[in-house]
Amino acid sequence: MSLFCVGLSHHTASVETRERYALQRSEEALRAESGCAEALILATCNRVEVYVSDTSPVTTEQIARCLTGGPATDPADQGSALYRHEGEDCVRHLFRVAAGLDSMVIGETEILGQVKKAYAQARESGSAGPLLHRLFQRAFRVAKQVRSRTDITRGAVSVGSVAVDLAVKIFGDLRERKVLILGAGETSERTARALSSRGVADIRVSNRSFERAETLAGLVRGRAVSFQDWPLQCREIDILIASTSSDQPLLTRELLSPLVRERSDRPLFIIDIAVPRDVAPEVNEMDGVFLYDIDSLQSIAEQSLALRRQQMTAGEQIIAEHVADFCAWLRRGRDVPASANPIVAQSLDEATLRASQL
Amino acid sequence: MDRQLLLVSTLCFLVAVVHTLLALRNGVFHPVRFNFLAIATGFVLQSAFLSIRGHALGRCPLTNLFEVFIFLAWSVALIYLVIGPTYRLSLMGAFTAPLVFLIQALALLAPIDVPHQVRVAANPWLEFHASMSMIAYGAFALACVAGVMYLVQERQLKTHQLHSIFYHLPPLTNLFAAITRLLWLGFALYTAGLVSGFFTGGPLPRVKMICAFAVWIFYGAILQGRHLHRLAPKRIAALCVLAFSAAVSVLWAINFVSQSRPM
Repeated sequence: MSLFCVGLSHHTASVETRERYALQRSEEALRAESGCAEALILATCNRVEVYVSDTSPVTTEQIARCLTGGPATDPADQGSALYRHEGEDCVRHLFRVAAGLDSMVIGETEILGQVKKAYAQARESGSAGPLLHRLFQRAFRVAKQVRSRTDITRGAVSVGSVAVDLAVKIFGDLRERKVLILGAGETSERTARALSSRGVADIRVSNRSFERAETLAGLVRGRAVSFQDWPLQCREIDILIASTSSDQPLLTRELLSPLVRERSDRPLFIIDIAVPRDVAPEVNEMDGVFLYDIDSLQSIAEQSLALRRQQMTAGEQIIAEHVADFCAWLRRGRDVPASANPIVAQSLDEATLRASQL
Repeated sequence: MDRQLLLVSTLCFLVAVVHTLLALRNGVFHPVRFNFLAIATGFVLQSAFLSIRGHALGRCPLTNLFEVFIFLAWSVALIYLVIGPTYRLSLMGAFTAPLVFLIQALALLAPIDVPHQVRVAANPWLEFHASMSMIAYGAFALACVAGVMYLVQERQLKTHQLHSIFYHLPPLTNLFAAITRLLWLGFALYTAGLVSGFFTGGPLPRVKMICAFAVWIFYGAILQGRHLHRLAPKRIAALCVLAFSAAVSVLWAINFVSQSRPM
């Protein structure tokens, strides 16, 4: 019984090439056309991969033809974009994919859900047999271990998510927090939406154009505030997102000092994503005020990414252990007669599938 | 036998410290369950030691500086175990274990486990006074630990340099709420201990009283500053560290002056 995968990903192919392979081909069609025993298609925006288990060899060209629904596309594409991993390499590749080590954003967790969905579909259609079942069950376990035993998913890697993470680190629960958006720009809207998705209910929008403020307030389920009144809001709010096109800082230490005194001991988190900046940098020196501009948010996102890269080694170690263990099981299966072979002999009924979970 | 129990208990806290350090060095920091178990085991052994010592003495084991330190370490571990999960500050273990280890190691290494010259009969008020004061010290120690955590996190947030540990610290606001609660708990216990001292029946040593009141006033002033919002959270966190350092020094001084009289 051979195990291999054929595919292409953001590492090897442009989005145009990936699109050509990402046609909605079913596993049944693939099995019918290529004649393989077990097949599973994993198609995401960053990769299209086919995991196959069969007793007779299936060529890469056959798989490619099945995926594109016709003759192989541009041969140059095939040569450079398609990869094929056999046996142990295939196992390692899947474990890396499921754990997010092969993702564009290292450590992202969405991929695990996509792998699980692909597996569920293949299982429903009967395309995933005992070997792929074991392989994918193990992949889910590996992904979970890599996530829990390393810091691979730690830290946000986009400006918006860094801002939300910092807000959570300062305030904990965000549901009772009040947010003021100063300037109705696109980035501030995205950040406000991210905060709203974390439970923030009180969002106020202030803009030189009251109409635009009202429009954005409508989009984020907030309320518009007159631009003249925004400094007074600093007494009440917990988070300020500033993104106006002002040439001069709108918020200075002198302006904020008396307002902060009235805030008692509540921290104030200021996200200044305007260029030029809306908030004077000295504001960060005030007690209880945490100021982040676009550069510092970007820098934290890069720090998180660097931290995730550091964690890759630890993740690879966990994967290596599981690969060795899984391949040992695979070899044991090959060394016994077909009638007693745990891989060949296992039926596909639900009870056996459950029992075969590692 | 009792010292052996204490040695193993100290090793438990050391294991928690080493585990935390290794985790920090590897950039992977998940101390919650392991540290909790290590501290819980250490606490059980501490309790066994104090129980054996208490039976041997026929009273609360606070008769010399060695026992005072062990009781203090026990109080810190007790309050960590009780208050940690409540306030979801399990990371406190990362900071609590080194503190308890240091106190116990110091007590074990220093030649201070000297039997008291004067054998005093059991006095419930005296024992209540001493034990309440010690548990209050435990609360103040954890307020100090939470204060350090607050200052570390505040510093990282201000400088925009977020290290691995940052992601494992509780939110700043929750941490400050925990500091406030620990201060109130410690202050209430300390007040009870102080008041009960007047009912012990014996003469009240002036230096001891002055020191004890100085500590009480220090913590009272911090709480007053907090209550009136006169002090920023960062300053309260810093004062918690300062106050506990002062309180430990005073504890030492109290023990020094009361060599001729058990606490």
